[in-house]
Amino acid sequence: MSDHDNKVHHISYGTYILVWVALLAFTSITVTVAGIGLGRYTLFIALLIAAIKSTLVINIFMHIKFDEPIFKVFLALSGVTLLIIFALTFFDVLFR
Amino acid sequence: MSNHQETAAATHQTHRDDVGAKMGMWLFLFTEVLLFGGLFLVYAVYRYQYQQQFHIAAMELNTGIGTLNTIILLTSSLTVALSIAAIQKGNKFLSMILILTTLILAAMFMVNKFFEWSTKFSHGIYPGSKELAAKPNGQILFYGLYFVMTGLHGLHVLVGMVVLTFMLVFIKRDIITKDSYAKLENSGLYWHLVDLIWIFLFPLFYLIQ
Repeated sequence: MSDHDNKVHHISYGTYILVWVALLAFTSITVTVAGIGLGRYTLFIALLIAAIKSTLVINIFMHIKFDEPIFKVFLALSGVTLLIIFALTFFDVLFR
Repeated sequence: MSNHQETAAATHQTHRDDVGAKMGMWLFLFTEVLLFGGLFLVYAVYRYQYQQQFHIAAMELNTGIGTLNTIILLTSSLTVALSIAAIQKGNKFLSMILILTTLILAAMFMVNKFFEWSTKFSHGIYPGSKELAAKPNGQILFYGLYFVMTGLHGLHVLVGMVVLTFMLVFIKRDIITKDSYAKLENSGLYWHLVDLIWIFLFPLFYLIQ
């Protein structure tokens, strides 16, 4: 945090590599779980792991965690928009 | 206000708005999320309607090559992130090496994609093929989505490669430097988005058992 050049937060090489290792670990978990075949839970676990991996990529690789709040608003807005579209569509599909 | 601008003009030769540039990039990424989001929506609805058919069709996909491409893309995301960290430290050479590594990894991804699609084509599975048309509706939909979504994603990888090649030249010519790396950062954001999309494509297409 001492490196406050233009109010920019610099992430160290080590942090990035740690995140990469975590991403690879989650990949191997998701492949293994899919191989076991937990039936209906397989999709849920696969999506949960994809969500965790996305959080890591967005927060660290894409710097969202250290950026100005407006970028978090952008992200939340696109996420909520997608959620609404999905919810409305499935409201139609499920109760047709 | 004018005083602030004068000092800014004195320190920088040209006016720069890095936050504004990044904001524009995020708005663009927003549209990309909606573009792929729409396709994921179509996927979700049809997977819900044709669960069995999707499972059967997905068995044909090569999980090994999908996993390999996941590892390649995650690693390429790391090298882009590291190249930004390197340029922030003023290490021009390392930054260029890392961008070059990213380009090589991206090329490896596309080569794998080429072999994967070639195998499908040789088995007579491609959009509009007779063999595919003879399959049940759910499987036709699965392969339609597979080709469109991984195809559009592959197109994004190619575009990313072109963008990153420009960044490599920009670093070499000192257009991107320790104090001005917004271009590289925004290219990195684009590349991470391509990685993000793959994080979801991979389990949805290759890991249905």
